[in-house]
Amino acid sequence: MHPKVRNIENRESAKALQMRADSAGDTSAAPRFNPGDTIKIAVRVIEGEKERIQNFQGVVIARRGGGINETFRVRKISNGVGVERIFTLNSPIIQSIVVLKEGHVRRAKLYYLRGMSEKKIRQKLS
Amino acid sequence: MSAILGRKLGMTSIYTVDGAFVPCTVIEAGPCPVVQVKTEEIDGYSAVQLGFEVIPERKVNRPKAGHLAKHGVEPVRTLKEFKELVDKVKSGDIVTVDAFTVGDKIKVSATSKGKGFQGVVRRHHFAGVGMTSHGQSDRPRAPGSIGSSSYPSRVFKGMRMGGRMGGTRITVRNLVVLQVVPDENLILIKGSIPGAMNSMVEIVKL
Repeated sequence: MHPKVRNIENRESAKALQMRADSAGDTSAAPRFNPGDTIKIAVRVIEGEKERIQNFQGVVIARRGGGINETFRVRKISNGVGVERIFTLNSPIIQSIVVLKEGHVRRAKLYYLRGMSEKKIRQKLS
Repeated sequence: MSAILGRKLGMTSIYTVDGAFVPCTVIEAGPCPVVQVKTEEIDGYSAVQLGFEVIPERKVNRPKAGHLAKHGVEPVRTLKEFKELVDKVKSGDIVTVDAFTVGDKIKVSATSKGKGFQGVVRRHHFAGVGMTSHGQSDRPRAPGSIGSSSYPSRVFKGMRMGGRMGGTRITVRNLVVLQVVPDENLILIKGSIPGAMNSMVEIVKL
């Protein structure tokens, strides 16, 4: 890849990080987190004219891609139904990411959690 | 000025202000000196000739060096003409990426990547003829019949067949400028454009 293209990429992700840091009011933009961790993501949602913050809390079951393309997949169980959402790591719509609990897992992709009960998942991650 | 010459550097993705993640092509464009302004009266048609990429004097052949010297422009690698531009420019002016602003609709022309000799399925989107079973093994990518027999006893001109594909001039219209970086002479265009990396591109405002 041409260095100037990489330069643009770095600048863009830097800008996204800065935006997030500015809005969250802290300088540590994206904390380190790994598959198995339970995290809370504050997402900016625009409804018509107004903008509000929506939280999504769940277990990180995968991270993929690198650089500006990096994404992560978060799974939670909402009213008994499993919900997964994919976020781009550097997205400006993510206001903050908070690691609530670190999980102890041996795999990078935790797709096997999908078939498990909540109790089983809790046991697996501790 | 509504046209510029550039070099395709590669592709990446950027976030827009509203959080959308869009693919884009990075082009290093300009600075391009205006070499010659052709007019209806003198040249029979109106056009603006732009130069791109300054090179050492020794790399320019004499006819080109003479042409450039006549208009007082430093040695450039490439010369390209843009017809029917309405801009008021004179030779010696410099065109930079500043001429473009975010949101501009543009068209981009470049030489597409050469694909070599390709069959009709790839080249003309034919569907092929038969299947792989029932005793036939060479029909799935065949062109089928190319015409009738005793009348007309020939194949019509323009019949679509296999052959050289790519490596031709392609123009893509209605592209959008996503970002302009004047410090580094860069333009970011939404989506893909024809051509390989490091190939010459012409950008014209619509």
